[in-house]
Amino acid sequence: MISIKERLIEAFLFLCSFLTVLITLGIIFVLASETIKFFGQVSFIEFFTETEWTPLFANKKFGILPLVSGTFLVTVIAILVALPLGLTIAIYLNEYANQKFTAVVKPLLEILAAIPTVVYGFFALTFVTPLLQKFIPGLSGFNALSAGLVMGVMIIPYISSLSEDALRAVPKSLREAAYGMGSTRLQTAFRVMVPAASSGIIVSVILAISRAIGETMIVAIAAGQQPKLTLNPLNSLETITTYIVQVSMGDVPRNSIEYSTIFSAGMTLFVFTFLLNNVSFWIKRKFQQKYE
Amino acid sequence: MNNSQVNKLKDTAFKIFAIACTFFGLLVLAVLLYDVCSKGFSRLSLDFITNLPSRRPANAGIYTALLGMIWILVLTILIAFPIGIAAGIYLEEYGKKNRFANFIEINIANLAGVPSIIYGILGLELFGRLLGLGNSILTGSLTLSLLVLPLIIVSTREAIKAVPKSIREAAYGLGATKWQTIYSIVLPSSFGGILTGLILAISRAVGETAPLIVIGALVYVPFAPSNAMDEFTVLTIQIFNWVTRPQAGFVTNAASAIIILLLFTFIMNGIAVVLRNRYNKKTRF
Amino acid sequence: MHKLEARNINLFYGEKHALKDISIGIEANTVTAFIGPSGCGKSTFLRCFNRMNDLIDNVKITGDILIDGRNIYKSKINVDEHRKKIGMVFQKPNPFPKSIYENVAFGLRIKGIKDKAILDETVERSLKQAALWDEVKDDLKKSALSLSGGQQQRLCIARTMAVEPSVILMDEPASALDPISTAKVEELIYELKSKYTIVIVTHNMQQAARISDKTAFFYLGELIEYNATTTIFTNPKKEQTHNYITGRFG
Repeated sequence: MISIKERLIEAFLFLCSFLTVLITLGIIFVLASETIKFFGQVSFIEFFTETEWTPLFANKKFGILPLVSGTFLVTVIAILVALPLGLTIAIYLNEYANQKFTAVVKPLLEILAAIPTVVYGFFALTFVTPLLQKFIPGLSGFNALSAGLVMGVMIIPYISSLSEDALRAVPKSLREAAYGMGSTRLQTAFRVMVPAASSGIIVSVILAISRAIGETMIVAIAAGQQPKLTLNPLNSLETITTYIVQVSMGDVPRNSIEYSTIFSAGMTLFVFTFLLNNVSFWIKRKFQQKYE
Repeated sequence: MNNSQVNKLKDTAFKIFAIACTFFGLLVLAVLLYDVCSKGFSRLSLDFITNLPSRRPANAGIYTALLGMIWILVLTILIAFPIGIAAGIYLEEYGKKNRFANFIEINIANLAGVPSIIYGILGLELFGRLLGLGNSILTGSLTLSLLVLPLIIVSTREAIKAVPKSIREAAYGLGATKWQTIYSIVLPSSFGGILTGLILAISRAVGETAPLIVIGALVYVPFAPSNAMDEFTVLTIQIFNWVTRPQAGFVTNAASAIIILLLFTFIMNGIAVVLRNRYNKKTRF
Repeated sequence: MHKLEARNINLFYGEKHALKDISIGIEANTVTAFIGPSGCGKSTFLRCFNRMNDLIDNVKITGDILIDGRNIYKSKINVDEHRKKIGMVFQKPNPFPKSIYENVAFGLRIKGIKDKAILDETVERSLKQAALWDEVKDDLKKSALSLSGGQQQRLCIARTMAVEPSVILMDEPASALDPISTAKVEELIYELKSKYTIVIVTHNMQQAARISDKTAFFYLGELIEYNATTTIFTNPKKEQTHNYITGRFG
């Protein structure tokens, strides 16, 4: 027998937590309803196969590929930076460094993740691009390379911290077995620890990719705003996210086709990150039992 | 060279490479900070902070952006904190036997991974259009509240989880009801952890740009907001705006504004770290 | 009428049959010791009397527990109110991370008592009863966590007594304490007998022999023998009891 007051309090607390479900439903509903309107006017085939994205021009083309390739290119560059660096750092902190060093370095690296992204955008545009232009003649002022490199640095802690946690969760007995047989630290790290922590490391990479895909401001500032279906990092380009920003800053009438492109682009982004995140949760759950 | 010597060599080589990687990350951080400071330090002055934006870089200031930021921040705190803490309490204290609570947990993990710009799109439609709040401070705060909610919930849960079972049992043994136990024992004990989470949420909210642009925050706001329905801009958008202007003076302005933004961010994060350490020491059960 | 009575109690942790058909009657103003080897169910059984097992998932209980004749598992009782009448002291001292004063006052505050005079008086009385007053009276605002282990346990006892329960359940209250603190706690229990009904779980047989009037011996979830303490220790009727007492198994 529980008093009315207790039940009311519990109901209120429950509602607050239920709100989060409503938020997800809200996101899905908002994106879906406008996307449906969008596809009322644009065919699926055009959306997925057309190679130009020009909704704001007079001659409107609605191919999502340039935006997707832009997102893809920048993300790849970022991961090419963050993965080797992040994983190496994680291995070093876990296998080689002493406690004190880790205790100082890990939080410092995490600062990288706390810096607002406009700051990174500023850095990419006003420092990295001019620097790169000295070595790469013909590099345009807005380019994917600077944005990707800087984004990669920002993402390092995502990979390094989570991978380090994953390595730390590997039972000591495995490491001791390797050393007991005379392995060097390098061999132990790469032949025993990394494979053992592989699911955690993969999860960290997937989350880093998801973060990179959703990033907006670094690219908005440093990579220009021209959608291009290109794999050349020296060009300017537009990603899904920076397109949304571009449209939002303009004067686009509410019920127009241009307006609904915000949602179809947003839906594409949401689907990608949603899939990635849930794959990583699934991996995490499935392999976490290994060492419990 | 025999096998074991080769291995030793590889080991040392990797060690050097790894240290280089570590320091590379820190080096970039240092270079970034130095670059921003050197570009922006000269412009820092009292009138920079108190001036309204202007078309001439030398006269432009961050006053309205700062005020907008504070307005947004305060409202977001007022909206998101109670709901986030309440949800965290429910999931950790009441939801354990509930199947549905498990589903809510997964859902929150998903929300935490949704790109912030999507929250902007949600806010644009739901608050801006459907609720008719337009591109006001209220729309911005509601949008950012949704964004930081998962953060607050997770850190509240972590803080509550750390409270040992033994003192809960003591409270129940004395006949305290569930809510009495939560209110007089669990929450005070987890206060430090919850506060840390709140500060991190603030830090995150202050650094956001894209969602606010999407809901319609303006880029040029020459007036200070006077109520929650006013249009507004924030520091990050001001920086974005200045960076994209061709005149060199605006780059300087952007750098100065960044210094202020970073100061705020670092102070907030620093407080959170100090709190976390102090709190960990205090409740050594 | 017994003060505390259990009839055919069976308890299951999921599939595990942890308590097997236990019946016992405990008189008022006595000290009863529950003894037996680790894992035999004595703590679990103790916790049935104030329904603390409700806090654990997957627990199923059949049978009746009566306190002052009232069945606490069947009738529509308010569990929280019931627990206010039964005090519990745990194995590891668990003072709240609050001041000494607030620890003792907690039970009163949750009853809605705010009058400072009443709180002050009750705090002092309880701390005196727990033989802790002299040691802490100069600074009641000090954190309870700054006290020694033995002092913390006596504080927990004071906290329990502040709500004036008629029954006090003690789950190995001295096992985490040093010998001097243990002696103090045992002395306390002996003095409290005149006002309270006390049930104490202990794996220390000498302790049981020292302070209890009656003793119940549990083994593998069953109540093997329940009798006057002197009888249990000098002339046990069951062979298992005899073996445990003489140290054949521990």
